[in-house]
Amino acid sequence: MAQQEYERYYVPDQSPWPIVGAVALFLIAFGAGNFVVESTSDKDGFGGWTLLAGLATLLVMLVGWFRNQIHESMSGMYSAQLGRSYRQGMAWFIFSEVMFFAAFFGALFYARVISVPWLAGEGNNAMTNEVLWNGFEAAWPLLVQPMDALAGGEASTKMMPWTGLPLINTALLLVSSVTLHYAHVGLEQGKRSKLIGLLGLTIVLGSIFVVLQGMEYVHAYRDLDLTLDSGVYGNTFFLLTGFHGMHVTLGTIILIVLFLRCLKGHFTPDNHFAFQAGSWYWHFVDVVWVLLFFFVYIL
Amino acid sequence: MSTVTDHAHHEDDHHHHAPSGIKRWLFTTNHKDIGTLYLWFAFIMFLTGGAMAMVIRAELFQPGLQIVDPHFFNQMTTVHGLIMVFGAVMPAFTGLANWLVPMMIGAPDMALPRMNNWSFWILPFAFTILLASLFMEGGGPAFGWTFYAPLSTTYSGDTTALFVFSVHIMGISSIMGAINVIVTIFNMRAPGMTWMKMPLFVWTWLITAFLLIAVMPVLAGVVTMVLTDKFFGTSFFDAAGGGDPVMFQHIFWFFGHPEVYIMILPAFGIISAIVPTFSRKKLFGYASMVYATTSIALLSFIVWAHHMFTTGMPVAAELFFMLATMLISVPTGVKVFNWVATMWRGSLTFEVPMLFALAFIVLFTIGGLSGLMLAIVPVDFQYHDTYFVVAHFHYVLVTGAIFSIMAAVYYWLPKWTGKMFDITLAKWHFWCSLISVNVLFFPMHFIGLAGMPRRIPDYALQFADFNKWISIGGFAFGLSQLLFLWLLIKACRKEGEPVSDQVWEGAEGLEWEIPSPAPYHTFETPPVIK
Repeated sequence: MAQQEYERYYVPDQSPWPIVGAVALFLIAFGAGNFVVESTSDKDGFGGWTLLAGLATLLVMLVGWFRNQIHESMSGMYSAQLGRSYRQGMAWFIFSEVMFFAAFFGALFYARVISVPWLAGEGNNAMTNEVLWNGFEAAWPLLVQPMDALAGGEASTKMMPWTGLPLINTALLLVSSVTLHYAHVGLEQGKRSKLIGLLGLTIVLGSIFVVLQGMEYVHAYRDLDLTLDSGVYGNTFFLLTGFHGMHVTLGTIILIVLFLRCLKGHFTPDNHFAFQAGSWYWHFVDVVWVLLFFFVYIL
Repeated sequence: MSTVTDHAHHEDDHHHHAPSGIKRWLFTTNHKDIGTLYLWFAFIMFLTGGAMAMVIRAELFQPGLQIVDPHFFNQMTTVHGLIMVFGAVMPAFTGLANWLVPMMIGAPDMALPRMNNWSFWILPFAFTILLASLFMEGGGPAFGWTFYAPLSTTYSGDTTALFVFSVHIMGISSIMGAINVIVTIFNMRAPGMTWMKMPLFVWTWLITAFLLIAVMPVLAGVVTMVLTDKFFGTSFFDAAGGGDPVMFQHIFWFFGHPEVYIMILPAFGIISAIVPTFSRKKLFGYASMVYATTSIALLSFIVWAHHMFTTGMPVAAELFFMLATMLISVPTGVKVFNWVATMWRGSLTFEVPMLFALAFIVLFTIGGLSGLMLAIVPVDFQYHDTYFVVAHFHYVLVTGAIFSIMAAVYYWLPKWTGKMFDITLAKWHFWCSLISVNVLFFPMHFIGLAGMPRRIPDYALQFADFNKWISIGGFAFGLSQLLFLWLLIKACRKEGEPVSDQVWEGAEGLEWEIPSPAPYHTFETPPVIK
C-alpha cells in the first residue's frame, strides 16, 4: 500500500507564489514598522500605504496559491499521503498558535500571581511596597495601578463583568462549534443541504460574535474607562481578547471561503482537507475563548 | 544503520535537469536548491555578523573609547547576536535539514515543497529590514540581542518597531520550516525506515523542529508586548502599571533556553554521523542517543530562569532552576561518552570533517563545563554579565554549533557537488580556525572571572593585555573564514577530483548510496530498507 501511494507522490513544479508571499510579508513588516511610529508620533511617511500594499499582495498571493492548490486537488493529483501531510501540517500550525496564546496567558498569570502581589509587599517585598509604591494594594482586576496609588488617586477603571455580552458570546461560539461539527458530519454523509445550512449558520454565529465583541470594546472604552493603557488588567484583557477576536475574524473569512467552495461542490466525503483544516481552526479558536472566558472574565 | 535493497529506479526520472536562470532559485520547490539557498544565505549572514564582531574587537583592542561611539558599539553587539542566532546558525541547520533529511529517509522531497520555498525567501527580506534599521534615524536596535525591557521599551529608538516586525517574519519562516521538517519525517519515510532506524541527524532535527514550533510563537508574543509597551501605552514590563520588567525575562527565556538547544541538537546529529564514519564502527549507544536528545529537549522547558539568577527570585525557585539545569549535564554527558566510546578501538582516520568533529567534542565539552559552573547560583552571582558568560556561550555556539556546521559541510559537500573539495585549503582552514578561536575565546574566561563586564565598549586597564590577544585571535578567526569562502567558491565551480558514491570509506546511510553528485530528484520511487 505504502509503495503504491508513494509512487504517486506529487512534487509540485516551480511556483511563483511563495516569493510573492515573501515580498508581501516584507512590505507588511516594513510598512507596519513605520506605520506604528508614524501613527504614534508626528512623523510623516508611507508606512500605512506600504502596509496596505503588503496586505494586498498577500491577498493576491493567497488567491493565486489556493487556486493553484484547488485546481490540483480537483484534477486528481491528491493522494492519501499528501492529505496526511497537509493535515499534520495544519495540526502543528495550530499547536504554534496555542503557544502564541500561551505567551499572553503566561503574562496574565504572572501579573496576577506574582507581580501585583509583590508590588503590594507580599513575600520579602515589603520594602518594594513601602519605598516605591506606598499605598498600593493587590487586587484583581487591577483597577488602581501602582502609579495611581502613589498619587493617592481613586480608580476610574471599572471591571468588565462576565455576564451580559461575554456570556452571550460564549454561548454563540459554543453553539457555532456544534453547528460546524454537524456541517462536517453532513459533508461526510454527502448531505449537501445539511452541510450548507449548518455551515451558513456557523458563519452567522461567528459574525455576530465579532460584532458583539466590537460593541463590548466600545462599552469598555466609553463607559468603563477600561482601555489598552489602563495597567496590566487592561493590557492582558485587550491583547488576549483582541488576538482572539482577530482569529475569529480570520476563521469567519475561512468559513466564508469554504461556504463558497461548498456551493461550487468542491468537496467530496473523502476529499475535503480544506474543510477539515478550517474546522479544526474554528474549534481551536473556540477552545481559546473558553479559556479566556474563564481566566480573563470570570476569575 | 540501514541498507538499501532496491533503489534501481531512481534514474527513470523524466525531468533530470534543474531549470536554469534566476527563476530556478526564486520559484524552486526542490529541497536541494532550497537547502543550497539556506546555506549560502547563512554563510553570507555569518560573514556579516562576523564583520560586526570585528568592529567590536577593534574597539576593545585597547582600553578607552577608540573607534566607534558607545551607541554604535551597542548596535554592533546587538545585531551581531541577532544575526548569528537567527541569520547564521538557524538557517544553516535548516539548510542542512533540507538537503539531508529527504535523502536520509528515502523521500523524494520535503513534504510541503512550496511552503519550503516561502520559508526561505522570507529570511533575506527579514534581515534586510533589520540591517536597514542600522542606517535609519536613531540607529538600529542597541539593547542587546535579548532586548530586555526597559532597554527595548523605555530607552529604545523608533526603529524598535522594525526590529519587532522583522523578528515576527523570521519567526514565521522558522515555524513553517519546522512544520515542514516534522511532517516530512512523520509522513515521508521510505518503507522499512522505522523510528529506531532513522539516522541521528534526522532524530535530532525532529526534536529541534518540535522545539521551534513550541517556542518561536512565544518569541512572537514577547516582541508584541515590547511593541505595545513602547508604542501603545501598555505596561506589561512596567511596575507602575502592575507589570514587571522581570516578567519580560521570564517570557523571553522561556523561548530563549529551548532556542539554545535548537542551535545545538542538530549539531549532535551531525557529530553522531561523522564520528562513526571515520572510526569505521557503528555509533555506540544509538538508542541512548535518542533518549538523551529527547530528555535534553524536555528539560530545556524547565530551566529558563538560570539566565536570571541575579534578577530577584525566591530562593526555592533559584534552587529548582539550578538543580534542573545540572540535570541536563547527564544526557549531555551520555552523548559525549557515546562519541568517545564510538572512537574507542575504532580504525580512526583524520579527514577534515573528522578534525572538525573532534574539535567539536573537546571544545563543546569545555563550553558545557563552564555552563555547569554558571548553573551554580552563588557562583553565578559573581559570573553574571561578565566575559565568563561570553566565553561560555561562544564555546558552545562557535566551537559547538558553527564547528559542527563546518564539519557537516565538509562531510556532505562532495555528495552535493560530486567533487572532492580542496583538502589542503580545508586543513589550513581547520588549523587556523582552531588555533585562533581558542586565542579568541579562552582568555575571556580569565578576564570574566576577574570581573570584566560584557557589552561595554571600555574596560579597566588591568584587562588590556588579554583584550589585545583576544582581538588578535578574533581578527585571525575572521580572516580564516575567508579561506572557507574561497574553498566553497571553488567547490561550487565544481573544481576537484570526482568522488565515488560512498565518498568516505566508512560512510553508511541512504545518502551515500545515491550517485555523487546527488541527482536533482532522488528517490522518486522509494527504496526498501531492511
